[in-house]
Amino acid sequence: MSMIFGVPIAVLSGQLLLGLINGAFYALLSLGLAVIFGLLKIINFAHGAFYMLGALCTVVLFNTLGVNYWVALILAPLIVGVVGVLIEFFLLRKIANEDHIYSLLLTFGLALVIQGVLTNIYGVSGLRYPIPEVFRGGVNLGFMFLPYYRAWVIVAALVVCIGTWFMIEKTKLGSYLRAGTENSQLMQAFGINVPLLVSLTYGFGVMLAAFAGVLAAPIYSVTPVMGANILIIVFAVVVIGGMGSILGAVITGLAMGIIEGLTKVFYPEASSTVIFLVMVLVLLVRPSGLFGKEA
Amino acid sequence: MTTSVYASPARKSVLEQKQRSERRKLMLYGAFFVIALIAPYVVYPVFLMKILCFALFAVAFNLLLGYVGLLSFGHAAFLATGGYTTGYLLSTYSGLTPELAILAGTSASTLLGLGFGLLAIRRQGIYFAMITLALAQLVFFFYVQSSFTGGEDGLHGIPRGKLLGVINLADNLAMYYFVLAVFVFGFAVVHRMVHSPYGHVLKAIKENEPRATSLGYNVDRYKLVAFVISAALAGLAGSVKTIVFQLASLNDAHWHMSGEVVLMTLVGGVGTLLGPVVGAAFVVSLEHQLAQSALGDWVNVILGVIFILCVLMFRAGIIGEFQKFYKKNFK
Repeated sequence: MSMIFGVPIAVLSGQLLLGLINGAFYALLSLGLAVIFGLLKIINFAHGAFYMLGALCTVVLFNTLGVNYWVALILAPLIVGVVGVLIEFFLLRKIANEDHIYSLLLTFGLALVIQGVLTNIYGVSGLRYPIPEVFRGGVNLGFMFLPYYRAWVIVAALVVCIGTWFMIEKTKLGSYLRAGTENSQLMQAFGINVPLLVSLTYGFGVMLAAFAGVLAAPIYSVTPVMGANILIIVFAVVVIGGMGSILGAVITGLAMGIIEGLTKVFYPEASSTVIFLVMVLVLLVRPSGLFGKEA
Repeated sequence: MTTSVYASPARKSVLEQKQRSERRKLMLYGAFFVIALIAPYVVYPVFLMKILCFALFAVAFNLLLGYVGLLSFGHAAFLATGGYTTGYLLSTYSGLTPELAILAGTSASTLLGLGFGLLAIRRQGIYFAMITLALAQLVFFFYVQSSFTGGEDGLHGIPRGKLLGVINLADNLAMYYFVLAVFVFGFAVVHRMVHSPYGHVLKAIKENEPRATSLGYNVDRYKLVAFVISAALAGLAGSVKTIVFQLASLNDAHWHMSGEVVLMTLVGGVGTLLGPVVGAAFVVSLEHQLAQSALGDWVNVILGVIFILCVLMFRAGIIGEFQKFYKKNFK
């Protein structure tokens, strides 16, 4: 078997692929965080809970109503998005004028409630969701085996990330969003319904998280606590990349996934901590983040 | 003519009022202290010690959130570092006295606080919470993998030892009064800090950081010192807690613990001295009651709901709302 740096190529590329998939999830989640932060100026501590809701929704829809994967891919994010809009409308809006620390704490409380309730219903042992028929099996690339579903996750995540970038940077709606990020009061004066825009933005950010959840359902074990640990990693990713740019969030997410994968090959003990160590390094060398504008 | 300003009747009455309110506060603290002295004869001392340890933890946390406006979401790391260091030393070196182990635990978390602080204050506002949370997660994974922490099992059966080699802390009453002394010390440190010129600069930074900078204060240095002292006191709380319960576990390092101390402070009243103490007593008692009731599985949900309710309706917390009520009706 061919080796590279004393490691079989198949092992290396396998871990790289796993890293890329984790990176795709980090990218989707940090993108959602960045979109929400842009307009609402809050960090959504419930983001992991919404990711989990997306995955759980997929499983439950399948088990109870037999809803297939493709429908769930649309339906689950929509359901979770509506939940997000309702939460923005009934809870977050009430304290929008207070210190942003309070909104952060509110979303933290929400995450505790959502996770707690679902843990009591579904337990923590993990639900299984079958890989959809079309994506069973894989292709042998010669140097590694590529399961179709994993390839699909990367493609789907990238398409959604680029689509989001296009929507925000190139469309009229996106220009409202960017204007609102700069100065929402002025935009309100121009006759744009800012409160509606804020609700929709929160809903959209949450939908991105739920979409990631649906993608994750067939490959990760679906449990009510699956969102908590990944969220902390995503926070580190956001600190590394800075929330100033959308492409920055996507690139940082993918890169961190790959670094994590490589660490699993060369120094497995550090694989759970390597992203935090990168964060420390970035804070020392470039405190505003790789793509950050503000300090 | 400047002397007349100080001699004016209005100024005098303001001073008198201030003295009166200071006196009332002292009386309040005195009353609390007397209650604390009698309490172990009425309530189970271990339960009281738990409250005191978490109260000290929350007081330390509130020094940052309440007086500098920094939300640390990683304070569990300091609690755990104090606890693990103290626990490891006491179970490894049998001749070691508890006060030295506590000193070591506090020093360890002070150093960790210095590291966290240097990194976290490089970013402001909302990033601060994320950085401290991520750093604490790093520490958590470190403790999961290290052998000296006992990994998932934690450290058990840590001997309480003899304080100064004389007082046997295995006796719960002796232990209680020692914990009370430590708490009073920590509370006094924060009280002194908050009312010192240094504390006023901290408040100025909280109110308007750019202005504090423009007045020539080295804002980052002030923040760092506050962060390190907060970490040290949190470590002290963790060290003492480890000796009380004779165990140190990963629970103390988990992000959940960081969230809990935020909740204690929020419930009691952010930016008030007594708030975190009352909040800690509330949360610890609530968890104690829930654990014994049929709602045991719902602790997290209930804590989350309290979080949401506090944020939406009682942002001032128990003490803060009480102060508002008092000012409105008795002044």
